[in-house]
Amino acid sequence: MATTSATETAAQVARSEPAGRLSWGRVLGLAVLVLGAFMFLFPFYYMVVGALQREPNPGISGAFPNPANLTLANFGDINAQVDLLRTLINSGIFTGGVLLATFVIGLPAGYALAQLHFRGRSVVFNAMLLILVLPFQLFMIPLYVVIVRTYGLADNYLGMILPFAVNATAVFIFRQFFLQLPRELFESARIDGASEFMILRRIAIPLARPAIITAGVVTFIGPWNEFLWPFLITKQQDLQPLAVALANYISNVAARAANPFGSILAGAVVLAIPAVVVFVVFQRQFVESNLGSGVKG
Amino acid sequence: MAVVAPPRRGRLRGLIGPDPIGYAFIAPYAIFLVALFGYPLGLAIYISFFDYFFAAPGAQVARPFVGLSNYAEILGDPTFQRAILSVAEFILINVPLTVVLSLVLASTLNAKLPFRTFFRTSYYIPYVTAGVAVIGVWLWLLSRGGLLNGVLGPLAPDPSWLVSEFWAMPVIALVVTWKGLGFYVLLYLAALQNIPRELYEAAEVDGAGVIRRFMAITVPGVRPATTLVVILATIIGANLFTEPYLLTGGGGPNGASLSPVLLMYREGIEQGHAGYAAAIGVILAIAVMTISAINRFVLEKD
Repeated sequence: MATTSATETAAQVARSEPAGRLSWGRVLGLAVLVLGAFMFLFPFYYMVVGALQREPNPGISGAFPNPANLTLANFGDINAQVDLLRTLINSGIFTGGVLLATFVIGLPAGYALAQLHFRGRSVVFNAMLLILVLPFQLFMIPLYVVIVRTYGLADNYLGMILPFAVNATAVFIFRQFFLQLPRELFESARIDGASEFMILRRIAIPLARPAIITAGVVTFIGPWNEFLWPFLITKQQDLQPLAVALANYISNVAARAANPFGSILAGAVVLAIPAVVVFVVFQRQFVESNLGSGVKG
Repeated sequence: MAVVAPPRRGRLRGLIGPDPIGYAFIAPYAIFLVALFGYPLGLAIYISFFDYFFAAPGAQVARPFVGLSNYAEILGDPTFQRAILSVAEFILINVPLTVVLSLVLASTLNAKLPFRTFFRTSYYIPYVTAGVAVIGVWLWLLSRGGLLNGVLGPLAPDPSWLVSEFWAMPVIALVVTWKGLGFYVLLYLAALQNIPRELYEAAEVDGAGVIRRFMAITVPGVRPATTLVVILATIIGANLFTEPYLLTGGGGPNGASLSPVLLMYREGIEQGHAGYAAAIGVILAIAVMTISAINRFVLEKD
C-alpha cells in the first residue's frame, strides 16, 4: 500500500506535531492504533487458522498455527455439504446482476439528476434520499408478497436481484460526480448537434470512470454479503448464494455436528476473500466515497 | 441544487422544464423506485390493516379488514415488548460505544502517525466482510470451550456467552459494534477534515492540553457527523436480524436476544401472518424515523 497515495493527501491533516518527533503523545497514539488493528484483525487471523486446523484446537495454543495440525481438508468437508463452486456462481450472478442494473439504470439517472432540468426531478432525488434512510425491514413483508406471491419469483435470480437492482448510494455518487462537471462541457457538444444520448455515452460516461469504480465497489459489497433477502426467497440450495448456504449450514449443522468449526471457518474464508480482495485493491476509491459523502453538514 | 437554467430552445418548455429528454433518462430508475419501494411501502401499510395471511397457493382465503387490531395485538404482545427491550439494550450498548471508539480512533488516525493507511484499512475490513463469515469465527471464539473462555479461565461466565440470558444481547451488541466501527471511523475522519487547524493551534498557544482540545474543539466540530453516526447506528439496531439469528440460534435462551425483525420473520414468513408482521414493520419504521428526528433535533441544537 503506497503511503503517498491521493487518499493520503485527501485525508491528511498535518497536526502541529512535526513528523518524526518522538513524544509520549505519538507513542500513545500508535499504541491506540496498534491495539485497534489487533482487535479488528485478530478474528480474521483466527478464522484462517481455524479453517486450516485438522483437529480443532479452541485453546490458547490453538491461536498459534501448529504445522503438524494444518490441513486443507476442511475445505473439502464444507464443499461436500455446501457446493462451493455452485454457491459462489450464485453469489456472482446475484452481485453481477445488481452491478449491471446499477450501471445501466443508475448512470443515466445520475446524469439526469445532475445535468438536466425537468419538472419532477427533485421528486425523484428526494425519493432516492428517503430510500437511503428507510429501514429495509419495512419492505421485507411487502416485497416478499410482491416478489414471491404475486410474481412467483421465489428461487429465481431475478427475484433475488430486483429489490437491490439499483443501488441508491451508487446513483447518489453518480449524481455528485456529474454535478462537478462544468455545464459548458455539455453545452458545446449540444451546440455541435450531439444528442443527449450521445453526450451521455461519449462524454459523460467515459469521464465518470472514477465514479463508476467507486460506485461499483460500494455496490459489490451489498449483494455479495447480503443474507436476509436471498435467505427469505431461496429454498433450493442450488440457487442459494454462498452467504445463505453457509448460514443454513451453521444453523442446521452447527447444533448437531461434533465439531463443525473447521468446515464453517473454511466456508467463511471462501466467502470473505472476494470482498476483502475487492476492498483492499480498491480501498482508495472506497475511502474517497466515504470521505466525500454527506457529512460535510 | 442548481437553479433551473433558462430555457435553451423554444418557449413551451415552461411546464416541463428545458430538458424533456431527462424523462427518458430517469424513467427506468423512477419505475424501479415506484415498483420496488413506493408500491411495497403502500402495500405494507395496507396489509397491516388486514388479517392478511399466506395460504397455500390456489386456496381462497378471506382477508378481512381489521382496522388497528394488528397494532393493538402487537403492542400488547409480551414477545414484542421483549424484542423491543432487547433492541433498546442493544442500542444503549452499541451507539455510545460506536461514537466514542470511532471518534477516538479517527482522531488518532488523523494525527500524522506512521502506517496510517494500514491501520485505516484494517479497521475497515470487518465492515466489508459478510456478516455470515465473521459470525462463523465469533461463534468459535465465544463458544463454551472457546478461546475467550480459555483466556478468562475461571472468570468465564456460566452459562457461556451465547447461551446466557444475561450475556446474549450485550455480546451481539459488541460483535455488531466491532463489525461496523470502521465505517464510522471513516465518517469521523471525513468530518475532522472540516475543522480548521488554526483552532487547535490557537488552543495550544492558550495552553489547552490534548484532552481539553479534544473536548472543546473536536467533539463540537464533528457534531453533524455524530448525528449521522447515531442515526445510522440506530437504524442498524432496528434492522438487527442476522446476528441474533445465527449467533444465538434464532433468538437466544428464553428469547433473550429476540429482535423485532426476527419476530417479523417468524410471524410473517414462518407463520404466514403477513398482516401482523407488516404492522411490526410499520411500527419499527415510525420508531426509527422518530428517533432519527429526535437525535437530529437534540444533537444539532445550538
